[in-house]
Amino acid sequence: MKILYFAWFRDRIGKPEETINAADCENKTIADLIRLLVERGEEYATAFEDISVVHAALDMEEVPLTTPIGKARELAFYPPFTGG
Amino acid sequence: MILVQQSDFDPGHELDKLVKDRTDIGASVSFVGHMRARNNGRAVETMTLEHYPGMAEKALARIEAEARDRWPLDASLIIHRVGPLKPGDRIVLVITASAHRQAAFEAAEFLMDWLKTKAPFWKKEEGPDGTNWVAAKDTDENAAQRWTASPKS
Repeated sequence: MKILYFAWFRDRIGKPEETINAADCENKTIADLIRLLVERGEEYATAFEDISVVHAALDMEEVPLTTPIGKARELAFYPPFTGG
Repeated sequence: MILVQQSDFDPGHELDKLVKDRTDIGASVSFVGHMRARNNGRAVETMTLEHYPGMAEKALARIEAEARDRWPLDASLIIHRVGPLKPGDRIVLVITASAHRQAAFEAAEFLMDWLKTKAPFWKKEEGPDGTNWVAAKDTDENAAQRWTASPKS
């Protein structure tokens, strides 16, 4: 599965995207995956520090972090929108 | 119609194209958002608009469809620019057209309020004080919230 990082998530994690093993997501919610990512290193811990500004989309649909990842092909993390 | 593009747009030209040969339209409202050289007391030299390709277009199309569902619009257009912008540059264009002005005014405001809070765009500002990602504003969220109840109900 592809993970995309936007805005300061990309800056803090240091890459725009990465691919993770689908098996790592099996029976997991997005919040479960965040806990796994945070263990990977300081850059992830910093990016996900304030969970209140962490938003996620599964296959381009915004969903709550409690959503199971299921068979999604793309997961994106981003801060609140500031367009317009 | 919705467009996400790097290039600038000409609001007058876009309006002309949208209402060309339409004799049922009695009112059109155009809104243009511009980049300011100062934000929260800081000087800004460059503002870069980032978006989530695919999801951004989908979100704008959904917001436009919601507006057309709520108001009797005869035509509508949203153009949102991405990439680096300079002070004074145009950022966003919203045009709504209807038989009467009230629907056009209200729908234009609705489109702006919703696209600020419901479409995946992010602003990064660069200036003499450094670089920072713009934080979402509660006032924008409150503005979007007021449309939660449909005007038809």
